[in-house]
Amino acid sequence: MRKPLLGAIIPVSFLGLWEVSSRAGLLTLESLSRPSDIIEAGYAGLRDGSLLLATLQTCETALLGLALAAVIGIAVGTILGLAPTAERIAGPTIEALRPIPAIAFMPLALMMFGFGVGLEASIVAYACVWPILIVTISAVRAIEGRLLEVAAVLELPVWKRMTKVVLPAAFARINVGLRVAAAISLVVAVTIEIVLNPRGLGYHLVLAQQSLQIGLMWAQLVWLCLLGFVLNLLLSRLGGGSGLMWRPL
Amino acid sequence: MQPLRKTVGSVRPEKAEASALEVSGLTVRFGARTILDGINFDVRDGEFLCIVGSSGSGKTTLLRVLAGLARPAEGKVQFAGAEISGPSRDRAIIFQDYSKALLPWRTVRGNVALSLEARNVPASEQDAIVDELLGIIGLSRAKEQFPSQLSGGMQQRVQIARCLAQDPKLLLMDEPFGALDAMTRQSLQDEILQLVADKKIATVFITHDLEEAIYLGDRVIVLGGSPAGIMETMEIDLPRPRNQLTTREDGRFLAYRHRLFELLVQEHPPQAFEGKGQQ
Repeated sequence: MRKPLLGAIIPVSFLGLWEVSSRAGLLTLESLSRPSDIIEAGYAGLRDGSLLLATLQTCETALLGLALAAVIGIAVGTILGLAPTAERIAGPTIEALRPIPAIAFMPLALMMFGFGVGLEASIVAYACVWPILIVTISAVRAIEGRLLEVAAVLELPVWKRMTKVVLPAAFARINVGLRVAAAISLVVAVTIEIVLNPRGLGYHLVLAQQSLQIGLMWAQLVWLCLLGFVLNLLLSRLGGGSGLMWRPL
Repeated sequence: MQPLRKTVGSVRPEKAEASALEVSGLTVRFGARTILDGINFDVRDGEFLCIVGSSGSGKTTLLRVLAGLARPAEGKVQFAGAEISGPSRDRAIIFQDYSKALLPWRTVRGNVALSLEARNVPASEQDAIVDELLGIIGLSRAKEQFPSQLSGGMQQRVQIARCLAQDPKLLLMDEPFGALDAMTRQSLQDEILQLVADKKIATVFITHDLEEAIYLGDRVIVLGGSPAGIMETMEIDLPRPRNQLTTREDGRFLAYRHRLFELLVQEHPPQAFEGKGQQ
């Protein structure tokens, strides 16, 4: 238990210094709240449920977009990874679509879906599908050829070949792509909420800032930070931190 | 000739007996390069056929064609009366690189069960079959272990068990014991002889080890030349069951070895063949 304590030295003393200098009148910046005010605002937000509701809304769309991206990315990536010809056909298209900033689709998505979950989840999915797709292609291509030959000699039908051999063999690598995409999903969801979509944590962040509730704004920022941390933790647990998850299926 | 001792297990088949596998006029090319040219042979029912040749002689390519994993450019390969068009559960192949051929995320039990899942054996019956096979091959205690936790010899045993679980009619083995130490190799040689004799599975066994080929085989085919063709087919007239000491000390065994060694030395420059076949 020594290391977490050591690691806490910097943030705790930083917060202490911040609080003290703010109370002593040394820090007069309007944009800086005090740690005590932030905690207070955050506590109030948690109690009246507004913070939790916003969190739920953001997570809902981020996870929906991520799930869509995972299904599409893993399915298409597996096909392209197994069939070099298909990859050669689709490759240039992928390379052309991939660099488009997902955020640029906001006006288009607004016209298609209106405000709400659809607008946000579709853009999150677009942003997340590329890392998953590309990692899946290389993961499937890196599968030991012998295993595919074993599957062929056993005459496994396509679906069993995928679920029993290809996907388990590629899973550890695909999981890396999923983790990268998860981080992206949160960033994109909050961005859309700040810029356009009147829901979720991003929207409330802007609302607090515009109504000069600086403490609340900071509380939401800290909350977002915790959210990202927990999300990453969950995903790394899911896939085994070492990136090698070989357990019995 | 010594009188033939009573043989147990795989009785040497008579010439008239039916063929499990027939290869005629087989030619294999990789691009412009011809690897195998005009190969003709057959594997009789229940026969243990060994194919020897130095490295690069196309042994593995030949076996992959028999497995359906590679396509011939010309010629025909017929198995059980039908032409081979691709891989089939009826023809099990045991790869030399056992560590790559096992699913690392599955236990020993799970690896063997893969064949049963492929055959759609009901889940309730799988355990009993796996247990029986692991008992035969001496892996009962390693059932819940992962391949990475096993020695090379045990990993190869897992692969053999998985191949037996697919209930094959022909067993193809590609230098299966080449990477194992001498003691493990000898016990696996005896085990595989016992297994294919019990189950009456015709076997094609590839090796570069001449003594291994003579020890195991009913016949030995020598591949050589470039592109490779069959240089010689040798009937091995040695009593079964074979014995690691007496069989290898048999005068005929030594004569076969002498003949094979000469054939391959004559075919290849000595430095490329030094030490092969004598260990």
